Amino acid sequence: MNDELKYLSGKVAKGLMTRREFVGRAAALGVTAAVANTMLAESAAADGHGTPKRGGMLKIGSSGGESTNTQDPALTASEVPLNNLRCWGETLVEISPEGEIEYRMAESVEASADAQTWAFKIRKGIPFSNGKDMTPEDVLKTMQRHSNDDSQSGALGIMKGIANMKVDGDNFIVELDTPNADLPFLMGDYHLMIQPNGGMDDPGAGIGTGPYTIEIDEPGVRHAFKRRDDYWDSENRGWADEVEQLVLNDATARTAALQSGQVHAINRVDPKVASLLDRAPNLSVQSASGRGHYVFIMHIDTAPFDNNELRLALKYAIDRQEMVDKILRGYGSIGNDMPINASYPLFDDTIPQREHSIEKAKEHYAKSGHDGSPIILRVADGAFPGAVDAAALFQQTAQAAGIPLEIKREPNDGYWSEVWNVQPFCASYWGGRPVQDQMYSTAYLSTADWNDTRWKRPEFDAMLNAAKAELDTAKRKEIYSKMGRMLRDEGGLILPMFNDFVSGVSNNLGGWITDPNGGMMNNKAAIKCWVKDA
Amino acid sequence: MHPILKLIAQRVALGIMLLFAASILIFAGTMMLPGDVAQQILGQSATPESLANLRRELGLNEPPVSRYFSWLGGFLTGDLGTALTNGRDIAESLGSRLSNTLFLAFWAAVISVPLAIFLGLLAVRYKDRWPDKLISAVTLTTISIPEFMIGYVLIYWISIQLGWFSSVAIINDGMSLWQKLNAIAIPVMVLTLVVLAHMMRMTRAAILNVMQSAYIETAELKGMRMLSIIRKHAFPNAIAPIVNVVMLNLAYLVVGVVVVEVVFAYPGMGQYLVDHVSKRDVPVVQACGLIFAAVYIGLNLIADIVSILANPRLRHPK
Repeated sequence: MNDELKYLSGKVAKGLMTRREFVGRAAALGVTAAVANTMLAESAAADGHGTPKRGGMLKIGSSGGESTNTQDPALTASEVPLNNLRCWGETLVEISPEGEIEYRMAESVEASADAQTWAFKIRKGIPFSNGKDMTPEDVLKTMQRHSNDDSQSGALGIMKGIANMKVDGDNFIVELDTPNADLPFLMGDYHLMIQPNGGMDDPGAGIGTGPYTIEIDEPGVRHAFKRRDDYWDSENRGWADEVEQLVLNDATARTAALQSGQVHAINRVDPKVASLLDRAPNLSVQSASGRGHYVFIMHIDTAPFDNNELRLALKYAIDRQEMVDKILRGYGSIGNDMPINASYPLFDDTIPQREHSIEKAKEHYAKSGHDGSPIILRVADGAFPGAVDAAALFQQTAQAAGIPLEIKREPNDGYWSEVWNVQPFCASYWGGRPVQDQMYSTAYLSTADWNDTRWKRPEFDAMLNAAKAELDTAKRKEIYSKMGRMLRDEGGLILPMFNDFVSGVSNNLGGWITDPNGGMMNNKAAIKCWVKDA
Repeated sequence: MHPILKLIAQRVALGIMLLFAASILIFAGTMMLPGDVAQQILGQSATPESLANLRRELGLNEPPVSRYFSWLGGFLTGDLGTALTNGRDIAESLGSRLSNTLFLAFWAAVISVPLAIFLGLLAVRYKDRWPDKLISAVTLTTISIPEFMIGYVLIYWISIQLGWFSSVAIINDGMSLWQKLNAIAIPVMVLTLVVLAHMMRMTRAAILNVMQSAYIETAELKGMRMLSIIRKHAFPNAIAPIVNVVMLNLAYLVVGVVVVEVVFAYPGMGQYLVDHVSKRDVPVVQACGLIFAAVYIGLNLIADIVSILANPRLRHPK
């Protein structure tokens, strides 16, 4: 929540402003109604029963777990293992809900003037759960494990720009190929949990510096944790004596477990049932507008998508508001064909919003000179929740503009290996990144592995590098604004909506806050919340 | 050698050959699926380097035929190997999943089989009167509704509204038998409702068929009561088709309940298999597939033998 919203919600709590006024003002600041209501609930809660309580067993029910899961941070890609990581491990830094750097294993960070050499000062006397103290060498080994030639890590992509790493006294030093003002944000990536000897001995042992240790590890079923007595930050985290995570992949099973009080919080509430669930007396539905987005992506180097007029025709043909209303049921906000929204630092809110326009779609379609052969859009249910329905809505509005869009439904199974980043036009999603640089570097740099729109523009790459090295925020903001506009008008990305993270939370759970960095309070609900009747 | 022993030996040998064939089919099938285990593990976050590293570590660069034979060699010496995805010992994780599946199937069978046969007998006794029609109507309705729907309805009423039983059926070794039964109460109800109709209708049909026979009329003329006629004369002669259907349903309870497992988050074999198929974890898929095939073959073998034993003409061939 930014300062203005904080101020406004405080006014409501004091009775100086009505709820309706607040939602209106919040909307003007780019916040959806659903989120605005959540913020109000929070500021009311902060006034009342806001004192943390120790003890008890905190239970969460999560989707996104399978019997194939491991505790190895390098191979973590879904929510259940991620919640597990947060219980037993910690990173050098974290990204706070306000989008700032929160120091964890590092107590401070300093950059050289050119932002090319970074020194993370490592805290002393923090014990791992195996009893040994965490040292800068452990940090170095961890980073090496995620970046060496044998690495299978999901963080390999973000470790690429690092030229050299070393330990210097209490400091962990990172030297970069090219300057990067956002390096600390990259070090907050959840894969980079600090492990003893970097996890080289046993990557899946689950030994870290987090507040809990693993008691029971049954992948795809449940994971149970016990609080550590020697946790270094017990003043702020790890309230419950025990944490249990049940893997409930079925949406109805999750809501039933929450309603019948078997768990305190669930992730991924289906937007279709969210408003109904919110009516239940003993719980609330919490949403956080984030950086995650649902997309239709075109390969701009493949016909017919190599024609920008056709791309523009498709971009004008999509009705974004209808998607937010019907696919997200209001739990989200409209996109603007660039992967950045107001949740990012240095976002330029003067970039005009692209509106749905049949006339403009027709005009650009005529200019493109497309031969009228069907344009095939590939989708699967697994591309994002409601992807098939969204494609059908897209098809209808495209038809109204005379664009022959044809939907080809693909199986969920194998979608990410056979369709996404392979076929020229398909549905997909992005989880978003903490900063603009990381989002663009991940998917819009010419050399990016996940350049799923084949966006390869030397001038764009040059601007990205210039922004990286620029420590003056006003200038950086200007560069990012130019990049955003360029991608919006020429890119292969059709971005109809940013989705909110929607969670269900029992009234018996204290300490819930909205965190735009991820669902379930950026997967820290289990370590930051407490059980009220413990 | 006694002809029946010989027959059993033949069937068992045939079963083993079938299992072997099944293992080849499963292996080939998993090979045909798009993508490999490395791609599935890394998903959307795969990079060419991390894929290559993972493939090398998992030994996926070996040709499929040699991977199959090294797996077969391990299997024959009792080593199921480790899962490619999380490096766990397959025998160990499979063991607990299998015992959970058998636990659920056992209690569902203990309730549903006697109930189905009893209801079938009752339906015959009151043929074409209201009890018969009511039994058929109710059981046919429950078999026609998809099992996840029955599950949701029961969760809503029994778990959320009444609060009697838990909607999450996760069981573990630390629970007492009573706690476990409490946890699986709703899934057992669902499974019972799903398998009841099939067995009940077959019992009814088989017995009605026998009831047309002359010896039943004789028994009636002797003045026996209807239920004793059914129990003593009709049922033993109708047992073969009933056992067949019961075995088919038992097999279903073991291998076909993945939907129920998902709805109740029950840690059984079905969910375990589906997870590993979607990750292309061949050794686990092989092991699960073989167990499922063995259950099917074994139960069918039992059904065959029982129907032979139940029929004097087959028991004493000329």
